[in-house]
Amino acid sequence: MEHGDVTKNTVISAKELSLTFQTNDGPVHALKDVSLDIHKGDFVSFIGPSGCGKTTFLRCMADLEHPTAGSITVNGVSAAEARKARAYGYVFQHAGLYPWRTIGGNISLPLEIMGYDKADQQDRIKRVLELVELEGFEKKFPWQLSGGMQQRASIARALAFDADILLMDEPFGALDEIVRDHLNEQLLHLWERTEKTIGFVTHSIPEAVYLSTKIVVMSPRPGRITDVIESTLPKDRPLDIRDSPEFLDIAHRVREGLRAGHAYD
Amino acid sequence: MRNLFPILTVVAAIFVIWYGAAVALNAPWAKDQAKRAGVELTFSELITETWRQKKPKLPAPHQVTAEIWKTTGEMVAKGRAFSKRSLIYHSWITLSATILGFVMGTGFGILLAIGIVYNRVMDMSVMPWVIASQTIPILAIAPMIIVVLNAVGISGLLPKAMISMYLSFFPVVVGMVKGLRSPDQMQLDQMHTWNATAGQQFWRLRLPSSMPFLFASLKVAMAASLVGAIVGELPTGAVAGLGARLLAGSYYGQTIQIWSALIMAAALAACLVAMIGAIQRMTLKRMGMVQ
Repeated sequence: MEHGDVTKNTVISAKELSLTFQTNDGPVHALKDVSLDIHKGDFVSFIGPSGCGKTTFLRCMADLEHPTAGSITVNGVSAAEARKARAYGYVFQHAGLYPWRTIGGNISLPLEIMGYDKADQQDRIKRVLELVELEGFEKKFPWQLSGGMQQRASIARALAFDADILLMDEPFGALDEIVRDHLNEQLLHLWERTEKTIGFVTHSIPEAVYLSTKIVVMSPRPGRITDVIESTLPKDRPLDIRDSPEFLDIAHRVREGLRAGHAYD
Repeated sequence: MRNLFPILTVVAAIFVIWYGAAVALNAPWAKDQAKRAGVELTFSELITETWRQKKPKLPAPHQVTAEIWKTTGEMVAKGRAFSKRSLIYHSWITLSATILGFVMGTGFGILLAIGIVYNRVMDMSVMPWVIASQTIPILAIAPMIIVVLNAVGISGLLPKAMISMYLSFFPVVVGMVKGLRSPDQMQLDQMHTWNATAGQQFWRLRLPSSMPFLFASLKVAMAASLVGAIVGELPTGAVAGLGARLLAGSYYGQTIQIWSALIMAAALAACLVAMIGAIQRMTLKRMGMVQ
């Protein structure tokens, strides 16, 4: 299949995508001729040094940034239409829970906005809290939860409505290593159970390799894709798979890709 | 309870300074009187003299307290709480203008803030005027407002409330603009990903975010509103209100009356601000924002 072809399974398709910011120091090429297809059920990680455009790319999928050239489709329609159809849930680096709402209230926030009825809201809150293992925390306020639990609540919020795509922008970046391991494991279970398509921005190599079916290595100035690695790891991944030779092979290839992107500067 | 000791210490210190100042300021008059009468005052006599003059330069606390009691508690006991000689009556007159002006000022301030946050033209143009409005001395503009409104047939409570509003909308505008803009880019982006309408964004994100800012502003606005009402009572040669009591007191050199009106105004302000504090605690607690 030629790249950029929209097949039935293609969920997100970017073709020759470029985004240039005009700044006082001249134009900044955040993205340059980026093409990528993401298929249904993929877990795609975007990895690269800061300034490589990985977050910008994710934000283009979410219609939070607008490409200056090229095209991007989400679920076969433009990113703007997909956003209006609430095609994706977006998880930011910070949980961003409203301090004046309980955990349940925070999860029902998008549901209220989208006009789900009260009974349905309650069902969904229960279901997603169970998915992120936060049963019984519905009535708690965000400040009563640890940072990791808050981030889980924010994932629950992104899962509460019927979006098949989950876009995550360094969701665990602010958490410590141990909590991060645990959340990574949980996220894999969640992905398996919900069969969502996930786009995941990170700058941790082990995290990218552990989670993904496809790793997109990016490099800065201009932001572009230097390598796309299809993971050969099995779908069922215990934490100690990270010591296997296969895992280390992939990690090595990612590291090589990152180094190649840096070679010229 | 652990706050009680420091508070009492400060109050005691104020009383000591006050009594001392009364002695120092009123002594010349007492000595002068004694000289005319041809009597020699001992030190303790001098002190008691300075604390019981009819028109002292600075009345002693117990004189003010007695005056306040005479014009409040005693009037209530006589069943004349709302006679024209009662401070309760005058306080009520001022309070009603204060509250009306505060409500109008808060409403106006919030509306202006919404305009400034949502409308680019207003954002660029309104704020300088709002700030300019507060650089005009209120004492200069208050008589104008009273006269102009009187000319179009509006008198009584409303002109005073307008002056209160003039002073109280300012902190509300400043606080609410800051408050409505307090959600960060991430929170706004998040609303965008849910395809929320402008109304949903306002009611569910901007307005709740602004609450702590609103209450801080309301406390300042309430105090300013009281000042506005009192100032509004001065130029009219008003017959009622704490401002009128201050003015009448100064006409006739009734310093005790002035001071009791001042203390009453201060107590009123303290009560009003405390009331807003209580509403703030209740609201934020219900919102889960205090721990």
